[in-house]
Amino acid sequence: MFANLMGWVDARFPATKMWEDHLSKYYAPKNFNFWYFFGSLAMLVLVLQIVTGIFLTMNYKPDAALAFASVEYIMRDVEWGWLIRYLHSTGASAFFVVVYLHMFRGLIYGSYKQPRELVWIFGMFIYIALMAEAFMGYLLPWGQMSFWGAQVIISLFGALPVIGEDLALWIRGDFVVADATLNRFFAFHVIAVPLVLLGLVVAHIIALHEVGSNNPDGVEIKKNKDKNGIPVDGIPFHPYYSVKDIVGVIVFLFIFSLILFYMPEMDGWFLEKDNFIPADPLKTPEHIVPLWYFTPFYAILRAVPDKLMGVMAMGGAQAILFLLPWLDRSPVKSIRYRGPYFRWALTLFIISFLALGYLGTQPATTLYTNMARIFSIIYFAFFILMPWYSSIDKDKPVPERVTMK
Amino acid sequence: MRTIVLTLLISLMSLTSIQVMAASGGIHLDPVEIDLSDKASLQRGAKTFVNYCLSCHSASFMRYNRMAKDIGLTEEQVKENLMFASEKIGDTMTIAMRAEDAKRWFGVTPPDLSVISRARGTDWLNTYLRTFYLDNTKAMGTNNLAFKDVGMPHVLWQQQGYLAADAETHHLTHATEGDMSNYEYNVMIADLVNFLAYVGEPSKIQRLALGKWVLLYLFLFFLVAYPMKKAFWKDIH
Repeated sequence: MFANLMGWVDARFPATKMWEDHLSKYYAPKNFNFWYFFGSLAMLVLVLQIVTGIFLTMNYKPDAALAFASVEYIMRDVEWGWLIRYLHSTGASAFFVVVYLHMFRGLIYGSYKQPRELVWIFGMFIYIALMAEAFMGYLLPWGQMSFWGAQVIISLFGALPVIGEDLALWIRGDFVVADATLNRFFAFHVIAVPLVLLGLVVAHIIALHEVGSNNPDGVEIKKNKDKNGIPVDGIPFHPYYSVKDIVGVIVFLFIFSLILFYMPEMDGWFLEKDNFIPADPLKTPEHIVPLWYFTPFYAILRAVPDKLMGVMAMGGAQAILFLLPWLDRSPVKSIRYRGPYFRWALTLFIISFLALGYLGTQPATTLYTNMARIFSIIYFAFFILMPWYSSIDKDKPVPERVTMK
Repeated sequence: MRTIVLTLLISLMSLTSIQVMAASGGIHLDPVEIDLSDKASLQRGAKTFVNYCLSCHSASFMRYNRMAKDIGLTEEQVKENLMFASEKIGDTMTIAMRAEDAKRWFGVTPPDLSVISRARGTDWLNTYLRTFYLDNTKAMGTNNLAFKDVGMPHVLWQQQGYLAADAETHHLTHATEGDMSNYEYNVMIADLVNFLAYVGEPSKIQRLALGKWVLLYLFLFFLVAYPMKKAFWKDIH
């Protein structure tokens, strides 16, 4: 009966074929480790954000006079509204946590390298879209940080020569961040950017499944196939990785719930104190801090004395990540078999990224600005010098088959 | 793996060393314990709030009937003892004073207090409400250690009495005695701050109550899911 039904469907839509291509006969390397949980977790958080977002939209009012109160209405008068809102606000930060760890995985195991350049590029577009999504979403509660954060970031466009001021005006739809801005950001946040994100995620996964997954050894499992054409070091994603990812999901949700139920503000890192004060265009907060996931780039922006150059450095810091597949000249993918130069460069890069993230949250004192300058230079040096140090590195021999460390 | 862990460790260490360098600014805040399960404290806080705060400040997101339920009072008790400005039990805590009048009288519109505990923090409120001191240069005759040049007068002067600040150390001493002892006044403020914390997030009561069940569920789920993973993977070497 069921076989008949599936046969009927399959003659009209490749349901079984898709199931097999992407799950039951998608052969993933058997040696995935801890770092390989974050892709599926990112997908989980994406779904979580979309579902909670839909429910929030039912009660949220994208109107400068009503927005702040409508969020508190959701927190108090809507059944389970507080839970939906905290799922969404905690989910936003969780999204960046898993995406940063997912990208870090790509860095250490060389997952951006040939033949996965497009997987990396699509992923980078997802990351950029995600930042746009988060930035515009943060305006919606219409608190002081929503308002002034948007004010600062949009004014950056004003630094561009000739068209700058007009461009900033065009983005805001008003001379300052105002009702018009809130309305359009709402439109972008709930429909435009999510559509782009979903499309990119599909492209990311199709590209990945076309070339196959990398693994902690950086060995191409497709080079070693048995007589049926199945990689000897590959196992079907379903059931092996579906049952494994469920465990990852539970552990993730446990930590997620600890935060959501016991410290949803995360001491001001997920929900800033100043955002519980309604937006006031006449009162600039003492200390405007972007949310934690933007702070590395904010620190780079502030490290450059000239505003235009700062904006370009900030954009460049993200743009240069796109070039990674071509900057890395080493034939070896995984950090397990890479030489000391790359290992040191990566260590310095991670230190710089985290340090910039911290400095971006602090007032720009002379000491901090100078530190931010040093770390910004290291950040860029990691990429700019990569063609050189990766080509002369003393890489180790890569094994023929994957290992189960 | 070892290299990665080492990489992360070095990164984290260098980060914490920066943290140590960061100097902390601002005044010392007196910590206050928040306990939303202490209904008696919330009720005392509510009484202080409606008597002394709710004529200039609103809490316009807070409904009386929600409050009644959460702090353990009947709607009749709230209507008779805690509702002066509104008529219906489903109303929110609004005030009769118009914002433009308030601005003329105080120089600034007294903020709505619905989420003040989340904007300022409870320790700050606890400090603020106990550190008004005499200052002749101010229109209201008082200033505040936590909120310099604040427009709000010392509303609870009858209870606390007036304090005077040492010009250099900012140490506060009693200039006049109030009706309450220091201990009684501190308890009253702690109750008020506890109530404001409740008003800031009434759903926190449900949040804390639900949290442990969700965690327990996930833990039980793990006890099933992990052996299942092990069983599926037993042949993979």
